[in-house]
Amino acid sequence: MSATLRHVGWVLRGNPVTAAAAAGATLLLFVAFFAPWLAPYDPIASNVPNALQPPSAAHWAGTDQLGRDVFSRILYGTRVDLAIAFSAVSLSFAIGAVVGSFCGYVGGALDRVVGRLVDVLMAFPLFVLAMALVAALGNSIENIILATAFINLPFYIRFARAEVNVRRNLGWVEAARASGDSDLSVVLRFLLPNVLPAMAVQISLNLGWAILNAAGLSFIGLGITPPTPEWGIMVAEGARFITSGHWWLVAFPGLALMLSVLCFNLLGDGLRDILDPRMRT
Amino acid sequence: MSDAAQPAPRGGKWGAVGRRVGMRLLSAVPALFGVLVFTFLLMRVLPGDPAVFFAAGANTGQAEIDMVREQMGLDRPMHEQLLRYLWDITRGNLGNSMTTGQPVRTDLVERLPASLELTFSALLLALSLALPLGIVAALRPGTLVDHVVRFLCTLGVCVPTFVSGLLLIYVFYYLLAWAPDPTGRLDIFAATPPEITGFLLIDFALVRDWEGWRAAAGQLILPASTMALFVLAPLARMTRASMLAVLGSDFVRTAKSLGLSHWRIIVVYALRNALLPVLTISGIVFSTMLGANVLVEKVFSWPGVASYALDALLASDYAPVQGFVLLMATIFVMVNLLIDILYGVADPRASVA
Repeated sequence: MSATLRHVGWVLRGNPVTAAAAAGATLLLFVAFFAPWLAPYDPIASNVPNALQPPSAAHWAGTDQLGRDVFSRILYGTRVDLAIAFSAVSLSFAIGAVVGSFCGYVGGALDRVVGRLVDVLMAFPLFVLAMALVAALGNSIENIILATAFINLPFYIRFARAEVNVRRNLGWVEAARASGDSDLSVVLRFLLPNVLPAMAVQISLNLGWAILNAAGLSFIGLGITPPTPEWGIMVAEGARFITSGHWWLVAFPGLALMLSVLCFNLLGDGLRDILDPRMRT
Repeated sequence: MSDAAQPAPRGGKWGAVGRRVGMRLLSAVPALFGVLVFTFLLMRVLPGDPAVFFAAGANTGQAEIDMVREQMGLDRPMHEQLLRYLWDITRGNLGNSMTTGQPVRTDLVERLPASLELTFSALLLALSLALPLGIVAALRPGTLVDHVVRFLCTLGVCVPTFVSGLLLIYVFYYLLAWAPDPTGRLDIFAATPPEITGFLLIDFALVRDWEGWRAAAGQLILPASTMALFVLAPLARMTRASMLAVLGSDFVRTAKSLGLSHWRIIVVYALRNALLPVLTISGIVFSTMLGANVLVEKVFSWPGVASYALDALLASDYAPVQGFVLLMATIFVMVNLLIDILYGVADPRASVA
């Protein structure tokens, strides 16, 4: 274990960008967990006389139309956005990895049908699909998570399928089969753990994308309802004041969105470089 | 493009393209059918009973609801309803919108040009920025230019369109006052051109109303830039990668050794070959843009199909949403077909797979 840690440390020293992204992601998680202790103000309590104040020493990111502290709301928003992104990505990862692994292992007609479905799905305007799903399932946070998970699913299925497919006839898989393991056990106990590291890259890249999708859905008024502090809603509320010059209502939640997506994307790129240097672009 | 040394396919080049189109159209049928079934199922899963809605009155009894249900065919078995739905679709009947009170088809046809004009301008803008950026980065890999392009691309995918759009409005409308009021396709007091194609820029150009053309272009530039920024990254990255691959190939080395001019090598030899992967990814980019349309149209109050579907969705009016999903799927299949044909024209070696 300490050898692994030493190796990770050595790799991160050689990749300052990845190290910074990892630090950023850690910070995001920290903020999400400790938002109530970090936020200087109540994110929901309005203070109308103090509305629409530009950034100052007292309110680092200004105040919104109800006088709420934008900075505190952004800190609390980290919780909501990360929670949605993490639940959606873990859900689609769990289902996608298992379905994809079985398709890659079994092959045949099942594989072809699922493969074709995945192709059609991946090619479809996914944001539109998510919208339609939320419409069909009902407008709630749970359904935003389900919709986001669903549009992420094809990526995991395809990835797991490809990774398992190249390994299905390797020596150690043969050995497991020869020693009497059932197909189920070969896939779940041997192949799936073997492809997990490669899938970590996909998870990190998808987290950023899931955050953008979730924020986009709540920006157009689906899922989360005010006064919940969430980045997409904050931007949507700030949009009404942008033409009168109140830039901070949009700029700061936007910055939070951008930085968190950037962190996860860079982390994913870095992980991919570490795991497979040939893929570097 | 024709090469005398290669045996011409039966029916000549256009015959081959024709067969290719036919094959692709056939292979698009299952996908479209899948989308049809999907939208149908979506409709069945939707909350709320349409019969209750249509029969709604002050003293509606169960008997009336049942009667309406029978009239709408909702009491029939599922497969019969599906056939009925497919039959309606083939006749172009997408149902009625409850919010506008018009047939969904009329609404969509009326609003589609606005969305397409925005999407195509954005794609054009993105390509005209991404190609030079990608080429420059590929010509000088590892230099400052390359790193700047990479940085821009990395950043571009991280900024949500609704944020970049609003920030563009802040800078160009509020601070600099260069852009007009960011709502809609045309100022409400401006004269609209005669309805010829529905594309304002083309209609204004056709009647030679250049003042109106400039006004429409002014309204278009911010939303189009917003969307272009979002898709700049994949296009520029792909251009860079495929240019790098082509520049290292044998025929470019040969061209260099023949003493051809620098630009001739880059534009005629390298770029032409490097464009194929860019063409392929343009299809994916277009699909992304169809989704991004929803956000951009909302930010700029653009009267397109996406904002129409969104308003309907928020009002629990589902027929427009289904029509919209179906329309997006159809456009998407058509665009992929078009790209496939272009691919065949650009590279005669490509086979119908």
